[in-house]
Amino acid sequence: MQQSAYCRLNVRELTPYGEANGAQGRFFALRLERPAWTGWNPGQFLMLRPASFGLEIPWARPFGICDMTENCLTCFFQVLGRGTQRMARLKPGDEVSVWGPLGKGFALEPDTPTLLLAGGMGIVPFVGYVKNHPKPENVTVLFGHREPLNCYPADSIGERAQWESAQERAPEDRDRFLSRVRERMGECAGKNGLALACGPLPFLQTVRRFSQEIGARAQLSLENRMACGVGACLGCVAQRAGGASVCACREGPVFWADQIVV
Amino acid sequence: MDISVTLRGQTRDLVLKNPVLTASGTFGNGLEFTPYGDLASLGGIVVKGLSLEPRPGNPCPRIVETVAGMLNAVGLQNDGVEVFCREKLPALPWREVAVIVNIYAASVDEFARLAARLDGEEGVAALEVNVSCPNVAHGGALFGQDPLQAAAVTRAVREAAPRKHVMVKLSPNVTDITSIARAVEDAGADSVSCINTVLGMAVDLPARRPALANVVGGLSGPAIKPVALRCVWQVARAVKIPVIGVGGIVCARDALEFILAGARAVQVGTGSFIRPDCAFSLAAELPAACEQFGVTSLDELRGSLRLD
Ligand SMILES: Cc1cc2nc3c(=O)[nH]c(=O)nc-3n(C[C@H](O)[C@H](O)[C@H](O)COP(=O)(O)OP(=O)(O)OC[C@H]3O[C@@H](n4cnc5c(N)ncnc54)[C@H](O)[C@@H]3O)c2cc1C
Ligand SMILES: Cc1cc2nc3c(=O)[nH]c(=O)nc-3n(C[C@H](O)[C@H](O)[C@H](O)COP(=O)(O)O)c2cc1C
Ligand code: FES
Repeated sequence: MQQSAYCRLNVRELTPYGEANGAQGRFFALRLERPAWTGWNPGQFLMLRPASFGLEIPWARPFGICDMTENCLTCFFQVLGRGTQRMARLKPGDEVSVWGPLGKGFALEPDTPTLLLAGGMGIVPFVGYVKNHPKPENVTVLFGHREPLNCYPADSIGERAQWESAQERAPEDRDRFLSRVRERMGECAGKNGLALACGPLPFLQTVRRFSQEIGARAQLSLENRMACGVGACLGCVAQRAGGASVCACREGPVFWADQIVV
Repeated sequence: MDISVTLRGQTRDLVLKNPVLTASGTFGNGLEFTPYGDLASLGGIVVKGLSLEPRPGNPCPRIVETVAGMLNAVGLQNDGVEVFCREKLPALPWREVAVIVNIYAASVDEFARLAARLDGEEGVAALEVNVSCPNVAHGGALFGQDPLQAAAVTRAVREAAPRKHVMVKLSPNVTDITSIARAVEDAGADSVSCINTVLGMAVDLPARRPALANVVGGLSGPAIKPVALRCVWQVARAVKIPVIGVGGIVCARDALEFILAGARAVQVGTGSFIRPDCAFSLAAELPAACEQFGVTSLDELRGSLRLD
C-alpha cells in the first residue's frame, strides 16, 4: 500500500505575531514536524485538525502552506472562529492531524515578470512562492493589510522580491490601494506578465474585473468553505466560466481568473 | 478472526470481506480516497448518489459545521449515470471490493430506468435506493415518508435490476421507521440501510440569515449517533432482512455498538471528513476491538443486547 497522505504531527512551536488592536493572540505562525511529503507547490494547501477538536469540532480547517524545510512545516493563521481559537492554544508536543498537500498551486514561470497581489492573510502562500522562485528579481509583491504589518509573515518576502505594502486605516486607503493594484496590473500586462492574487473575496472580485478590463493574465486563489479538502463533500464548489461546477479543493484553490466565477 | 459478512437478501446476497462500508455522498466515487488507504481493504464502497441525468445541486453555502456534526444541502449534485459507468466505475477495483451505487430519482419510472441501466454493469455489486428524495411526479412528498411510495420504488427497482442486491436507505424523518422498513421488505428489498441524515437547520444570528442557502439541511456526524442506533435497533426487530447501520460512526467501537443493536454491517459517513482514513482504519482495527470487548464473532454479537 502506498504511504498515506494523512499523518499526525507534533507541534514544534506556536509563535504569536504582532499586536492587532493592541493585543497579541490573533495571528500565529504554527510550526509542525515535517510530514513525509515528497514535494509541494506554493498555493497548495493542507487540512489541519488538532487532536483537541475531539468530536465536538468535526471538520479540519484548510490552511495555505507557508513553507517547508528539512525538519519543519510552517502554516500561518489568523484567529476567527471556534476552530482557530482552539488552535491558538496549541503547545509544543500537541498532536495535530494533517492531510495534504492538496489542490493545485500557482503558476510559476521563472522568466515572466510576476506580480503577487495579497490582501490580508492572502500573503501566506506567497511566502513560499517567493522563497522557491528561481528568479525572485522578476517578482513584485503588492500587499494590502488592515492590521499592523508585523502581524503578518511578511519579513522574509522583502529580502528577495520587490515589495510594496499599504495598511488600510480608512476607506480611502483601500481605494488608493486598489488603484495601485490596477496600475501595477497594467504594467504587468504590458510586459505580458503574470498576476497572482490571494485574499478576501471582494479583493479577488476586483482583481478579476481589472484583469478583464486590462487583459492581464491572472490567477486567483479561492477560500471557499471546505469540509474534506479531497473532493468528497461537494461543499466547496465554484462555478467555471462556462457554468460547470468544480471543487475548489481539487481543481483549485488556484484558478485562472478568466475561467472561474467569483 | 473472520469478520467477513454475507448480507442474505430475499433475491440476491451480498458478500463483504468485512462489515465496513462507506456512506454515500461522503466518499466521492472512492477514487478521491486512494491516497488515504487501500480501497480493497474495505467491505464495500457506496458511491455518491447518482441520477439518470447530471444534476447541478443546490447553491452555496450548502454545508455548515455544527456541534459534533454538520448540516448539508448539497442537493445531490452528480454527473449522471452515464459518466459514472464510463469514467469512474472502470477505475474502481470492483473485483476486489463491493461497489454499491446509491441511486436517486424524481419518479418511480425514473428509478426503474436508472436501476435497469445499472443492472447491466458487472462492476456494480448492489444498488442502494435513496428514498429520501421528493417524488416530483407525486406532489413532492418524500418517497421514504410514505410506506406505499417507498414500496412502489422498491418494487420497481427490484424488477428492473434482477441481478443486483437491492438495499433501501431509510430516512429517520418519519413517525414510525418500522412501518417503512416492513413495507420495503414486503416489496422485495434485500436489505435496509439506516439512517439517512436528520432534517435540521442552523442560523447566523449576527447576519439574521439561515446558515445554508437551502435554509434546511441534513444533519450527520457523531451528533446523530443515538438517533441512528435507535432506528437500527427498532428496524432490526421489525424485519428479517439485514440492516446496515449508518450515522455518526467514527471508530471500531461505534461499529460494534451498531452490530450489538442489530446491524449486520455499517457505513462510515461524516467520519471520512474528520479524518480521510477513517473507514480504512476502522476496518483495520475491528478485529482488535472485537478482542478487547470479548466478541468471539460478529454473529454472536449481533442483536445480543441484554434487556433484562
Ligand atoms: C484553500 C484555503 C487556504 C486558506 N489559508 C489560510 C491561511 O493560510 N491562513 C488563515 O488564517 N486562513 C486560511 N484560510 C481560511 C481558514 O481556513 C479559515 O479562517 C478557518 O477555517 C476559520 O476557522 P474557524 O473555526 O476559526 O472559523 P469558523 O468558526 O469556521 O468561522 C469563523 C469565520 O470564519 C469564516 N470562515 C470559515 N471558513 C472559512 C474559510 N474556509 N475561508 C474563509 N473564511 C472562513 C466564517 O465565515 C466565519 O465568518 C484558508 C482557506 C482556504 C479554503
Ligand atoms: C455531504 C453529504 C452528502 C450526502 N449525500 C448523500 C447521497 O447522495 N445519498 C444518500 O443516500 N445519502 C447521502 N448522505 C447521507 C450519508 O450517506 C449518511 O446517511 C449520513 O451522513 C449519516 O451518516 P454519518 O453520520 O456517518 O455521516 C450525505 C451526507 C453528507 C454529509
Ligand atoms: S472540500 Fe470537500 S469537496 Fe472540496
